[in-house]
Amino acid sequence: MKVMNLVQAINSALDIKLNEDPSMVLYGEDTGVEGGVFRVTEGLQEKYGEGRVFDSPLAESAIAGTAVGMAVAGLNPVVEMQFSGFVLPAMNQIISHVARIRNRTRGKLTSAVTIRMPYGGGIRALEHHSESLEAIFAHVPGLRVVIPSTPYDAKGLLISAIESEDPVIFMEPKRIYRAIKQEVPEERFTIPLDTARVVQPGEDITVIAYGAMIRECQKAAALAKKNGISVEIIDLRSIFPIDRGTIGASVKKTGRVLAVTESAATCGVASELVTIATEEAFLNLEAPPRRLAGFDTIMPLPKGENYYMHEPARIFYEIRQLMDY
Amino acid sequence: MFDKYNPLKKKQFRLINPQGTLVNKPEFTKDTDSILEEGLKRMLLARTVDLKAVSFQRQGRMYTYPPNLGQEAIAAAAGLVMRDEDWLVPAYRELGAWMAKGATLKEMFLYWSGFEEGGAFNNASNMMPVSVPIASQLLHATGIGFALKYKKEPGAVFAFCGDGGTSEGDFHEALNFAGVWKVPVVFVVQNNGYAISCPVSRQTAAESIAIKSVAYGIRGIQVDGNDLAACYQSMKTARDFAEKEQEPILIECMTYRAGAHTTSDDPGRYRSKEEEEKWKKEDPIARIRKFLVRAERWSESEEEKLVEQFGKQVDVAFQEVESAPPYPLEDVFRYQFSEIPENLRREMAAYQRFASWKEAQA
Repeated sequence: MKVMNLVQAINSALDIKLNEDPSMVLYGEDTGVEGGVFRVTEGLQEKYGEGRVFDSPLAESAIAGTAVGMAVAGLNPVVEMQFSGFVLPAMNQIISHVARIRNRTRGKLTSAVTIRMPYGGGIRALEHHSESLEAIFAHVPGLRVVIPSTPYDAKGLLISAIESEDPVIFMEPKRIYRAIKQEVPEERFTIPLDTARVVQPGEDITVIAYGAMIRECQKAAALAKKNGISVEIIDLRSIFPIDRGTIGASVKKTGRVLAVTESAATCGVASELVTIATEEAFLNLEAPPRRLAGFDTIMPLPKGENYYMHEPARIFYEIRQLMDY
Repeated sequence: MFDKYNPLKKKQFRLINPQGTLVNKPEFTKDTDSILEEGLKRMLLARTVDLKAVSFQRQGRMYTYPPNLGQEAIAAAAGLVMRDEDWLVPAYRELGAWMAKGATLKEMFLYWSGFEEGGAFNNASNMMPVSVPIASQLLHATGIGFALKYKKEPGAVFAFCGDGGTSEGDFHEALNFAGVWKVPVVFVVQNNGYAISCPVSRQTAAESIAIKSVAYGIRGIQVDGNDLAACYQSMKTARDFAEKEQEPILIECMTYRAGAHTTSDDPGRYRSKEEEEKWKKEDPIARIRKFLVRAERWSESEEEKLVEQFGKQVDVAFQEVESAPPYPLEDVFRYQFSEIPENLRREMAAYQRFASWKEAQA
């Protein structure tokens, strides 16, 4: 075991897979010499050479599109989009091809690429550097969407993503890239791609979140505990497919559910979670399931960011509303 | 000029060399000669703003900022060439051109301090906002060129991107459409050698970026981007050509990003000190200064006073930004649509209820 932050854990997963899978190549903008703008791929070019870990020209569509070609021809490409806000030029390739090759060829060809990207706000960044687009990806049939919230999960989920026979959009909560440290095995291990995790058990209310919001929910749960409210937190980990069983079991027990996402409310992941909770545990509900999602607005620049990002007090306030219903 | 410097001939247009010597007298026009003092002043203002911005960021008083250091000649030249009726379509590293269009120091600092209000550049006309998604703005330039032509209005469009931007599909699509539609757009590529850490040699296998113009059936030229005179003269010629002939042009300005990509970047990770030192000798300000001092048209002691005065202007503007009122909640919502729809009003009201509750708790 070794204490790692998210960046180190992801780097470790990439390192292990590059070492054991000669068909894996890793590329993106500034992923080679620089080791990525967040240093996630640091040291990997030195270790595995420019032939396997390299800088691509600045073109996101080309990064995703060439990965499809490599994948159908027997390579295992892992590519990086520098920020999720920059993935948009690649959406044609991702939606029209990455997600569809298997279905289009009735399973003859697969494009099991792994597309990594840092996402999310709270880092006082320029426009297009704080987006949370997971609902858009989850809405596209044919893509797995994974978001870790801890270094341990990041490593285990990323190794699973790279080994998966399916395309995986692997979104990394950059706000907590270095904020959370944890003991993580140095060797290879995997975590199934479609299971949620109970972060802490509780009796009164289920709070479902993922990514950087988990930490905020834990702080809110601590506030709730002081007020005599026992919160069960579920870390979704897989945005598509969603682990209905874990959600259903929890909400049947607590009777109350709050879904927390950073991304915009309308047609978002929180809406999906509320639907699932209602379908799975309708007769056990003590209050209408509730969403705390981002505003249906463009992510504000840094000076307006505080309004947009959920603080623990806001999450606690929503818990309170549900308890007082 | 565009025949003589056809990119296929692999020649670069230069008038004044790094030693400050006029090396191309036959092509050096009186018009170009006449703007050099003003151009140098503008470069000095841009550099003052830029250096101060980096230092404000370092002090934690401003957010991420992309320095212009070493590239000032290109934006200053464009600023001197653009007329009121011309449009500016920026990327994010051409602040001299923004100022020429009327963007104020306060607006720029508001923007880099995290207020959308600054990025609106209300004091500038015919200017698009900063465009972060690389090269995407070039298509807007082609569209604006189409609109000018359609409305039979005078003017040309100045569109900017960097060498990295030329790898994006949007770059090719914008130039292709502009060529087909024959619209008055001057595409300026600031080839500063790097897209963050990636050297231009890894962006394209072509001999130059200017040469790409050939494939779109449009004119192109490669210019010494650290030579204010060459930048100005080529842009002026290009602008007038674009307007008169209703045709696009690609200008590749060869320069060097002397600073970091942004204040979050550390160039020490991917390039050598020797390379940086070599380019210091090419500094665009130093060379025009040498030229003008030698011609007894510039005094370095006057320059000192001028820069001091610019510094004060910057400090005053930045102080205004630092004492700006806080960002109101409504500003998150009010510009999404022509009117705030009911669902957004509900979200705003829900936040306000929480804020009142929180205040009551404290």
